[in-house]
Amino acid sequence: MTSRRRFLALACGAFAAGEVAAQLDPNIQALRRAALESAIRKVTGDKPVRTGKVKLEVPPLIDNGNTVPLSVFVDNPMTAADHVKSIHVFTEKNPQPYVVSVYLGPRSGRASITTRARIADTGKVIAIAQLSDGTFWSDSVSVVVTLSACLEDGLI
Amino acid sequence: MRSFALVLGVFCTLLTAGEIPLAERRSGYEFMSRETRGMQDDDATNPALLWLLDGEALWNRKEASAGVACSTCHAGMQGVAARYPVVKKRPINLEQQINVCRTERQKAPPLAYESRELLALTAYVARQSRGMPIDIAWNETTGPFLSAGRDTFNRRQGQLNLACAQCHNDNWGKRLSGSVIPQAHPTGYPLYRLEWQGMGSLQRRLRNCLTGIRAEVPAYGAPELVELELYLMWRARGMKLETPAVRP
Amino acid sequence: MARVVISVPASTKRGEVIEIKTLAAHVMETGFRRTQTGELIPRDIITQLVCTYNGVEVFRAELHPAMAANPLLAFTTVATESGTLEFKWTGDNGYAATQSASITVV
Repeated sequence: MTSRRRFLALACGAFAAGEVAAQLDPNIQALRRAALESAIRKVTGDKPVRTGKVKLEVPPLIDNGNTVPLSVFVDNPMTAADHVKSIHVFTEKNPQPYVVSVYLGPRSGRASITTRARIADTGKVIAIAQLSDGTFWSDSVSVVVTLSACLEDGLI
Repeated sequence: MRSFALVLGVFCTLLTAGEIPLAERRSGYEFMSRETRGMQDDDATNPALLWLLDGEALWNRKEASAGVACSTCHAGMQGVAARYPVVKKRPINLEQQINVCRTERQKAPPLAYESRELLALTAYVARQSRGMPIDIAWNETTGPFLSAGRDTFNRRQGQLNLACAQCHNDNWGKRLSGSVIPQAHPTGYPLYRLEWQGMGSLQRRLRNCLTGIRAEVPAYGAPELVELELYLMWRARGMKLETPAVRP
Repeated sequence: MARVVISVPASTKRGEVIEIKTLAAHVMETGFRRTQTGELIPRDIITQLVCTYNGVEVFRAELHPAMAANPLLAFTTVATESGTLEFKWTGDNGYAATQSASITVV
């Protein structure tokens, strides 16, 4: 006997937030992970990427995956001798891995950017910063994305 | 006779038993995450700003044939949106009022429902009532339409046989799939909805809900929708207008 | 004209790090969505935002389909001298928008 809540969730054509890890077809997941790794490699060459210095702020439970506020800060003096050259944001599960790449410099004053991203599915968001000394630093956040309860177009 | 009055009294109490007590009413703002609230609060980054700027331009634009702009007649719109829908012969909402002014005073064609221009202009007007309490009264004029709106709110509809009241009076605060069910007070319309990735009117939201429960969706501007709007605004009376809001 | 809006402090002290907020009206069609009948809706996004300060580039962003609609980009720059901040957005299908702001640095 289906509980009323479960019935409502199913009937509105939405997916319960429960077993979300299994939502995406494993073949598609694998392809997207490969695309993510390839995109990161394009940015970093084969240089190592260390965690630290970068702070990625994304809400862990997302109201709506269409518009997700996202900020990246890098702990760095932003001088001519030592500054952040670029920050790249990726997602693990989107159909393509890139979100945004920003190019900064000593004139930025601070390494701090704010934007809004689309996140299609529960998974990781990754920010990688390239410093003027050629090193790469990163941070990542795992987020949960749920589908809206009642969709405008309805089910076909 | 006395027992009939008693039964009637109990029956009426039962009818209103589901209504949220006035002091417990909360805006949809309070059910959102901190980050989404931040989107609404920062005027410089609220995406609705893009529509507000368009609305301001439209407000000042002289329309072709009569050469009259909104600003020609109206100094400002403070307090106006907090009183709409108003009942003239029938309830008329803000979008419809704007079109009445356009056709009758500006001799300009009406703006289509949900068009960027109508949303921009409505948002610009409503923004000027931000922070003011919603002001709809139940009186002789509004009564019959408010009753009709309330009936719609309480009536089971659609393939799912759900009434608005069942989610928004009886189960607000609980979750429908991943989303928290709000109380359904239209405190911020027109608003930027993340699901739409754009601005939309209250009627768009209502039609969205009706689609969700697999009910027949009336056309924009249909009398039953405006009556429901009127009832929802009355139900939110005293709550502050937040236009332009952001909602998931 | 494509609607864009920027928020820059009108005046500031030399050397101060100021916050700049930019918004652009754009649907940012990803190229991954399909119509009800299954046709792919072609991609249509803003691809780049460049900010110059008295002609010198101080910020550049490359946007991808995973940027939300009506993209917000907020960043910082050092108030070095009075002058003009120019913002230029470019994108698919010939999309282009510009905006400028004067800044007084005391």
